Amino acid sequence: MKPLTGVSGPACPLGLAGVDTDQLIPARFMKRPRSEGYGGFLLHDLRRDEAGVETPDFPLNRPVWRGAEIIVARRNFGSGSSREAAVYALADHGVRVVLAPTFGDIFASNAVKNGLLPAALDEADIEDLLAALTATPDLPVSVDLAEQTVAWGNRAVTFAIDPVWREQLLNGWDDIDVTRSFAGEITRFREADGARRPWARPSAKA
Amino acid sequence: MTAATMTAGTPGSASKSEAGPRTLFDKLWDAHVVVERPSGDALIWIDRHFVHEGSFHAFAQVAGRDGVVVEPGLTFGIADHYVPTRGRDHIANPEIARMIDDLEANTARHDVTLFGLNDPRQGIVHVVGPEQGLTLPGLTMVCGDSHTSTHGAFGAYAFGIGASEVAHVLMTQTLWQKKPRRMRITIDGTPAPGVGAKDFILSIIARIGADGARGYAVEYAGETVRALSMAGRMTMCNMSIEAGARCGLIAPDETTFGWIAGKPYAPKGAALEAAIAAWRQLPSDAGAVFDREITLDAGAIAPIVTWGTSPEDALPIGASVPDPATLADDGRAAAMRDALAYMGLQPGQKLSEIAVDRVFIGSCTNARIEDLRAAASVLAGRKARVPGLVSPGSSQVKRQAEEEGLDRIFIAAGLEWVESGCSMCVGMNGDSVPSGERCASTTNRNFRGRQGPGARTHLMSPAMVAAAAVTGHLTDVRPMLEGRS
Repeated sequence: MKPLTGVSGPACPLGLAGVDTDQLIPARFMKRPRSEGYGGFLLHDLRRDEAGVETPDFPLNRPVWRGAEIIVARRNFGSGSSREAAVYALADHGVRVVLAPTFGDIFASNAVKNGLLPAALDEADIEDLLAALTATPDLPVSVDLAEQTVAWGNRAVTFAIDPVWREQLLNGWDDIDVTRSFAGEITRFREADGARRPWARPSAKA
Repeated sequence: MTAATMTAGTPGSASKSEAGPRTLFDKLWDAHVVVERPSGDALIWIDRHFVHEGSFHAFAQVAGRDGVVVEPGLTFGIADHYVPTRGRDHIANPEIARMIDDLEANTARHDVTLFGLNDPRQGIVHVVGPEQGLTLPGLTMVCGDSHTSTHGAFGAYAFGIGASEVAHVLMTQTLWQKKPRRMRITIDGTPAPGVGAKDFILSIIARIGADGARGYAVEYAGETVRALSMAGRMTMCNMSIEAGARCGLIAPDETTFGWIAGKPYAPKGAALEAAIAAWRQLPSDAGAVFDREITLDAGAIAPIVTWGTSPEDALPIGASVPDPATLADDGRAAAMRDALAYMGLQPGQKLSEIAVDRVFIGSCTNARIEDLRAAASVLAGRKARVPGLVSPGSSQVKRQAEEEGLDRIFIAAGLEWVESGCSMCVGMNGDSVPSGERCASTTNRNFRGRQGPGARTHLMSPAMVAAAAVTGHLTDVRPMLEGRS
């Protein structure tokens, strides 16, 4: 996984609350292999009209924000379905950071596993940032993961991230390699647990 | 992140949270910790894992690492998300056929048992797991599907995960998890006839919000919950994710044990007796402390319907569409205006006057035999004014419903009786609601486009969907139940 230390540049003020993963990528696109790239499906039905034509005033379609690596949204971003494809759509579109007051639990976990930072800001800071971006669309925003700060104009605010996730993102660590370093502990657990909870394994088929 | 910074847990022995009274969740957590990190997260052992067609991303990750499935006996494959509900002999859409073929190939390659398209055990993962006795109290259970919370109804720690975590489980049989806080929602009192689990959970979500349980393991308790059937308990735990919860839980009791006995993969005889003895230790101890407590009076709950594009947008059927002008917060008012525009509704319009174009009875939320009986009891001897689809939660539920004659009631009413799958809940298999049409649905999500691009979804109980089918608009089912069992 590619390490993430920080991002600086334009930030797209999505502004919406409760952007569920069905919005991030509608289910009908999830049959495609990842190798084809999921970026074009990001927020597909909000970005486009029924004929599939981009709506020019949707923030992500505006030239200033099309290539933004930072998205700013309101509460409960990524709620709903566990589809990791929602993160693939963001990542393949080039997004590396989402700033929001709160995130769906499963989405946030999926994000970190793909090198995408879900940074939780105070609701008031999100509102200030959205207002600043509305006033000055090309306002540069800087996210520093090591310092856990977001800066724009003359403002700098801190954000929350789980310390383990922070380490993982900064170093580009992969869960499976870490877990495999505990192979001995897993084997010992498995043996002790098998004796303690023999009923926990499926019984032979009736 | 090295071994030196972690401590190994010892199964069954004291860990720090065992000092005082523990909640059901604490007991489940403590029993599964392999290794703990100082930050409070832990590597936990996974007892049961389900994969479906959508898990192809995870199998691709396993293949990409030349990985092996370390515990093939603990993973079960079930075809549900993409399966056709009609015409299974020949799948016309090659992309859908490939999804189902890939699941067969991936499970076969890794020696994982599959309940495939034509298996009599096929159905929706969260209906089939319990039905086959794979869901048991005291287990950790995961699946790449957010509604895995359903299995918490048995007193299991069950939650949805993403594809990378599915791959992690396949390759290690463990997951890294942060310990959630504990919430207890207590429901007491006797509900009115026609009011049940779906109305309880929609009331809860409306009250605490779609992120009101974020970061919590939610235990449902109280005399009303104890009185629920396993089907009702599963409906409540299923929709815990719609309040943002990590999982939903209900303490196992005699209802649970009675339900499990005789299921194919469940322990039998002396093994079952021993298991039940262990399961009796699971309920929260007297004096166990929850981080948040909520109480509800079941007697005060009316049938609930949703009006907007989030499950939190829910009101009693006697209410009216809310007015954004009454909201102080500009952002929330704008969101409500967007939702009403998408739904094609006017502020102040009576919910019971909203006309529907079709109905759907199905999904992991409400397609068990009890749900089909509830809908059929309303539809018996009546005609539906709108078209609709009835997709049983599993092939076994379908057979049972046919033995009971429920299929004939649905067909006589004018509804379509089809095979089991996720179907019109998620619109992946081709069953969808046309753009602009309004559907009364027993499902779990009224998100924009969930049932198809431009589809308008109203969530409610199976009895309420049946009532809407008969009248052609959202309707209070209670008067329609008078004189019926």
